[in-house]
Amino acid sequence: MDDFDRRLINRLQRGLPLVRQPWQHVAEELQSRPCEVLDRLHDLLEDGVLTRFGPMFDIEQFGGAFTLAALAVPEARFETVAAQLNALVQVAHNYRREHQWNMWFVLACASATELAATLSRIEALTGLTVLNLPKEHTYHVGLYFPV
Amino acid sequence: MSVCISRSDNALALRLVTLTQSGLPLVEDPWAWLAEQLGIGVESTLDLLKRLQAEGAIRRIAAVPNHYRLGYRHNGMTVWDVVDTQMPRLGELLGAQPFVSHCYRRPRRPDWPYNLFAMVHGRSREEIDSYRDHLRYLLGDACRADEMLVSSRILKKTGLRLSPSH
Repeated sequence: MDDFDRRLINRLQRGLPLVRQPWQHVAEELQSRPCEVLDRLHDLLEDGVLTRFGPMFDIEQFGGAFTLAALAVPEARFETVAAQLNALVQVAHNYRREHQWNMWFVLACASATELAATLSRIEALTGLTVLNLPKEHTYHVGLYFPV
Repeated sequence: MSVCISRSDNALALRLVTLTQSGLPLVEDPWAWLAEQLGIGVESTLDLLKRLQAEGAIRRIAAVPNHYRLGYRHNGMTVWDVVDTQMPRLGELLGAQPFVSHCYRRPRRPDWPYNLFAMVHGRSREEIDSYRDHLRYLLGDACRADEMLVSSRILKKTGLRLSPSH
C-alpha cells in the first residue's frame, strides 16, 4: 500500500460524489486519472484491504425488523450456544465480548412477528434469557478508518 | 419501525439493493451501468440516488475497508447510564466524535442500566481506553455508570441483507 492507495482509501470511505462523472471528479481531487483510480480500487478490493465498494444502504429503511441482543452464556457451553445461534439465518452478526453478557448478536428479520419468534426460539434452544436491546434512536452511523 | 422511502421510489430502490448489494461494478460510468440495469435514463438514475441519499436510505456510495487489515484491531462497545433529560444532546455529542462509528439510544432493562451506546475503534487497547476516558469526560455528571465491552472474537458476520421474503 503506497501513499496514493492511502489517499484513495481515505477519499473513497467518504463517498463517491453524485455527479455525472464521479470518477473524473475523484481522480482530479487525487491528481490522477479515472482509469488509474479504478485500477487501484480493483487491486485494493482484490487484495482484501477493502471489502466492498458500493452503496451503503440503511437496510432498515427498506422494511424488516432488527435488534441487538445478548446472552450470558456459561463458559462450558459457550461453543455449543454459539453454534446454535450461528445456525439461525436471522443472526446477522455475533460477537464474543468480555463481560457477564458475553455473547452479543444482531437479529435481522423480515417482520416484528418473525423477530419475536426468533427471540423466543433462542430462549427455547439455549434455556437462557435474552437481553433484548432494540435501538430507540440513532445519533450517528459512519465508519471511517483513516490510514 | 418506519419505512422512509417514498412509495414511488420503493420498487426501484429494492431493485437497486439487489443489483448492488455485493458492490458497484468498477466502470468509468457506473450510473450508465445502473441506468441500463434499471431500465431508466442516466439522469433519472442519478436523481434517484440523490433522493435516496437525502432520505438516508443510502448513507453514501463508498469503500468499506477491512478495518483489521488497516490496523484497527480493537473495538469496544461503550455503554452509559445517562440522565434521560440530557440524552438528545449527549447522544449527538458522543456521535460527533471522530472515533465513534455508531451511537444509539437503547432501552434500560432490570439487569441492564445503560441507555446510551457508542462503538469505538482503535489500533491498540490503550487507544480505545483513551477514547472511553474522553467520552466519560464529555458526559461529566450526566453519566451515572458506564462500562466498555471489548470484542474478543467474531463468531459470525454476514452483514445485513434483504431477506428473500422481501
